[in-house]
Amino acid sequence: MDAIYLDNAATSWPKPDAVIEAMIRHQRMVGGSPGRSGHRLSIEAGRAVYGVRETIARLFHIADPLRIVFTKNSTEALNIALLGLLKPGDHVVTTGMEHNSVMRPLRFLASHGVELTVVACSPRGDLDPGDIRRALRPNTRAVVLTHASNVTGTIMPVQEVAAIARERDIVTCVDAAQTAGVLPIDVEMMAIDLLAFTGHKSLFGPQGTGGLYIRKGLDDRISPLMRGGTGSRSEFEEQPDFMPDKYEAGTPNAPGLAGLAAGTAFVLAKGPERIHAREKALARRFLNHLEALDGDATIYGPRDMETRTSVVSFNLRDIVPSDAALFFDERFGILCRPGLHCAPAAHRTIGSFPQGTIRFSFGFFNTEAEVDLAAEAVVRLLQR
Amino acid sequence: MADNQPSSVVLVESFGHALQAEKMLGAAGIPCRLVPVPRHISSDCGVCLRFSSDFHTRVEEILSGRLESFEIVRL
Ligand SMILES: Cc1ncc(COP(=O)(O)O)c(C=O)c1O
Repeated sequence: MDAIYLDNAATSWPKPDAVIEAMIRHQRMVGGSPGRSGHRLSIEAGRAVYGVRETIARLFHIADPLRIVFTKNSTEALNIALLGLLKPGDHVVTTGMEHNSVMRPLRFLASHGVELTVVACSPRGDLDPGDIRRALRPNTRAVVLTHASNVTGTIMPVQEVAAIARERDIVTCVDAAQTAGVLPIDVEMMAIDLLAFTGHKSLFGPQGTGGLYIRKGLDDRISPLMRGGTGSRSEFEEQPDFMPDKYEAGTPNAPGLAGLAAGTAFVLAKGPERIHAREKALARRFLNHLEALDGDATIYGPRDMETRTSVVSFNLRDIVPSDAALFFDERFGILCRPGLHCAPAAHRTIGSFPQGTIRFSFGFFNTEAEVDLAAEAVVRLLQR
Repeated sequence: MADNQPSSVVLVESFGHALQAEKMLGAAGIPCRLVPVPRHISSDCGVCLRFSSDFHTRVEEILSGRLESFEIVRL
């Protein structure tokens, strides 16, 4: 039985061949410590890492590639941003649709003197930007929100929120884990100050890659999470204060980043719009099947494909999501993710806490035949 | 760039800046090469950009205002 992989919102799979080849090539032929040692292979490795910065910068319309800090994933990027920026007495605003990679650092900060407001969203996961405006206080330092929910696929009004924040000099921090590579992101046009992205989802890179864009000037206000060797200013025992070295202590994941460059090049060659269109078509096809089941399926999130990504969360009668997932795996080879998806707040918002939902997340490499088989599996489960 | 000609180096803050400087000089047709920072200049273990001292003034012009901070040293 072939695996039908419907867990692309957790991590995309399979990866384009070019990604795997780039990592093997890097490990075989380059391999030096990036920019540390001055010899040929170190310089080549450093060039490779810089090349990844350029590729990512192109995708997000970032003028200076050195504004990008590489991390092991978006969780680390969000922790650098939030723990580095927010101080006791500051106020921060977020939404009721956030992943724990936003919520947990914020809850931690809230227990250490930071004021936190979680703005409620509709049961479909929609955010009213006006509610963000109303939540602002004189000491509001930042607004943190996901670009799209990993539970319902709802696309958040990032540009509207960022415009409201920019008017008052409030920092906008965006979690693009679910959207980098599928939705257009232009940090200048959208007035995004901090953009956290992960490499292993829609950028088709390997796990262990991700990053944080920091707008010019803002790094002065963000202390690093870690300190250590950077290959620069080695005569000093203090951490450098310039980008990106300030936040990149330790030898980076250069082979992984070589894979990320190839994955991002794949996205740029195909075009995020085309990738999104393909994924939307697959998700819509599956939603059509679910909608035909009438009352047997509870579908969460928006139905209009223009306002969502290809993540579909649903429940089937009173079947426990984890039981359903096991059935799909064992009987159909369908790999999905049941439960809370690291986002208890989002499940509370949509009314599926604590049991969660079944989540099918479609990716660029899925086929119509797989979607139809997934729908058949759902029908079989209901007939059981 | 022959090794026996008088040469200079551009010192920058980080490896990334060295690559940016290399691109700027490359675009202007000035031959240059990334080399380890000579020990007598700095104890830094990073790289710098070496070029023929003939280009000293032009290099300064090209990098001024485009690189946040740099220093040119004659070897
Ligand atoms: C919305 C959202 N934010 C953040 C993350 C965290 O990504 P990572 O695990 O790569 O740090 C994920 C995925 O796990 C996500 O879906």
